[in-house]
Amino acid sequence: MSEVPIPPHRRRAHTSTRDLERYAGLFAERTTVMRSSAMRDLMAITARPEVISLAGGLPDTSTFPPQSFAAQMTRIAQESAAEALQYGPTEGFEETKDCIVEVMGAEGMLVDPHDVIVTTGGQQAIDLICKALVDPGDVVICEAPTYPGAVPVFCSYQAEVIQVECDEDGMRVDELEQLLERLRRDGRRPKFVYSVPTFQNPAGVTMSLPRRQRLVELARLHELLVVEDNPYGLLRYGGEPMPPLYQLDGGDFVLYIGTFSKILSPGIRLGWAVAPPPVMEKIVLGKQAADLCTSTLTQYFVREYFAEGRWRQYVEDLVEIYRGRRDTMLAALVEHFPAAATWTEPQGGLFIWATLPEYIDSGDLLAKALRADVAFVPGQAAYIDERGRNSMRLNFSGVGDAEIREGIRRIGAVIAEQVELYEALTGEESTLARAEPGRRGGEADGADVLPFRKTGEGSG
Amino acid sequence: MKVAVLKGGRSLERGVSLRSGARVEDALGRLGHAVVPLDVGGDLVRRLSAERPDVAFVAMHGVGGEDGTAQELLEILGIPFTGPGAAACARCMDKSLAKQAIREAGVPTPDWFAFTQTAFRELGAADALGGLERSLGFPLVVKPSRGGSSLGVKFAASAGEVPQALVSAFSYDDRVLLERFVEGRELAVSVLGGEALPVVEAIPAAGDRYDFEARYEIGRTRFVCPAELDEAERVAVTEAALATYRALGCSGFARIDLILDRDGPQVLEANAIPGLTDTSLLPQAAEAAGMSFEQLVERILDLALTPAAA
Repeated sequence: MSEVPIPPHRRRAHTSTRDLERYAGLFAERTTVMRSSAMRDLMAITARPEVISLAGGLPDTSTFPPQSFAAQMTRIAQESAAEALQYGPTEGFEETKDCIVEVMGAEGMLVDPHDVIVTTGGQQAIDLICKALVDPGDVVICEAPTYPGAVPVFCSYQAEVIQVECDEDGMRVDELEQLLERLRRDGRRPKFVYSVPTFQNPAGVTMSLPRRQRLVELARLHELLVVEDNPYGLLRYGGEPMPPLYQLDGGDFVLYIGTFSKILSPGIRLGWAVAPPPVMEKIVLGKQAADLCTSTLTQYFVREYFAEGRWRQYVEDLVEIYRGRRDTMLAALVEHFPAAATWTEPQGGLFIWATLPEYIDSGDLLAKALRADVAFVPGQAAYIDERGRNSMRLNFSGVGDAEIREGIRRIGAVIAEQVELYEALTGEESTLARAEPGRRGGEADGADVLPFRKTGEGSG
Repeated sequence: MKVAVLKGGRSLERGVSLRSGARVEDALGRLGHAVVPLDVGGDLVRRLSAERPDVAFVAMHGVGGEDGTAQELLEILGIPFTGPGAAACARCMDKSLAKQAIREAGVPTPDWFAFTQTAFRELGAADALGGLERSLGFPLVVKPSRGGSSLGVKFAASAGEVPQALVSAFSYDDRVLLERFVEGRELAVSVLGGEALPVVEAIPAAGDRYDFEARYEIGRTRFVCPAELDEAERVAVTEAALATYRALGCSGFARIDLILDRDGPQVLEANAIPGLTDTSLLPQAAEAAGMSFEQLVERILDLALTPAAA
């Protein structure tokens, strides 16, 4: 052994076929249904610096003032270093919960701090709720399309995921009602309905008030939980605020997930869940098992930050920036996407969802787009099944106006090439005329096109 | 020995290549070589000239790495490198060229027609589709001519599905193939220094097509090596693979993918730089022949330094 040189950083020596088989024999059943994100290998290329990525879901953290960050961290180091470096309570610090109560209050929700647990990002809240509620084979209902990051969580708990179609008013609650009836007849009880009702990821749509009211009624009627994930509620660029499901329900059947990621920073990994005491008890046990407690240091940071009393102003600043970028992207879409494409016009959040003629596979389109140094998320990532192949998620918060314009121009160009080719192949008439705002293209493309319409500002 | 490992690059298979490269670097380190990892980019020539490696281990996949581009540069710089030379790489990467060469050498390969995008856009090739579809039958396979993995490969069950499949395939390359679908066992023969390693059979998980993701994920596809073949089948499959290797002018190593149906083996494609990841077929085949991954890497290096041995 002594003559074998030890490299500076050493990778595991393993992975003969026998090793692989030995590992495979040890893997849990759930790993066989854990999905990698659909185009993982293509996404590896989006990290190249020359690629304009409209694929991320990134808030623009460059707008956070560094001197403010430095001052808060210095104060923590000077005044409470020992505490900030220590473990904390599993539920989170009372002071953090006070900040959470304030944030939820800003959207009209009244919440008892005892019902709140601080989590490592909103993502962990989804995981802990599944851990508390989902047995293998249990039915979980979500939107179609749904938040792509929720899919692997549901799958890792071996849930049977059923997706309910969305339109420009959010989840089709009438379809949900039929689904619940069907499940009841089959003697199956779904554990919860997962929804991002406000400025949805990925579709950018917002659930209408009548649907919200009906959803909350259904939850009571069927004694079914609704998990409301609301990362974007405060990032509103137009329209009137809609009451959160949690507020309509009062917190009996609606579990709530919030996060500091979009109003402060995703890097601090701070989110929360709100649940009635019996559910919270199980969530806390799950949290203990998962990581004992959320980072004390970042909780201290949030406390200091909120004590400055300028968090609302910062959110307002972000709203100004993102509103401009959304408008830039919408204008670029009109200019550069072909008439056969449709897209949502979100009144908040970070995403626009575009739907192309059904013969275009957005995964293959991404391969082509990457050659033009531009990236987006193929729609399939938002579905459990094969739907969404002709849709794409476009993020407008992560890059500046010039890059948004250029990125959309490049994507438009590769789509146009595919449309042209398809028309040459089928002898169909040219639909390459530029899209006009308010007009819906693609009627001829068949029933599989998602029923999103371009809606004018304020008409929704 | 100082070994430069070329990996990554701009190819769509960058992720797989980085995994192949990392595993090779690891093995080279354990073998006592000085390893120079190179994520291939605009500075490749400058870095190769500065580092002056004794040999380059090419662990790149897909267009830009496996198609002869990097190999041409290495030939110009006079640096010995692993795997086939530039011309052979270019032939393997382009399925329409490869199939032509294979067929001329008398090796069976499924019937096909190749088209460029220009043919459809400017010359009205669409009008010829009906006749070709009748000749190939359904389902038929539509695939980009260049591309090392199954990205962009689609099955068309009827004439109505062909245009959509073509649009997908043209996303990856300007030339595509329409190929007769052959149902049968999916086999891969890795050739190392002109000798065939034990045959690997890929058995997709129930209901799963043998797609891009399945290839690189443990548990999605089951591989059997050596494949359960009778002696006549084994000989036929191995000979088809070796004839393909020679017809394409490969040296060092390559992996030949075939379908075995009632009438015998039909060669689908040759991979000039087969994957070397945890789930790749060449390492599995080598292991079945009694070679550890380190021995395989050492042998590949030897073949690069003494081309006569190939």
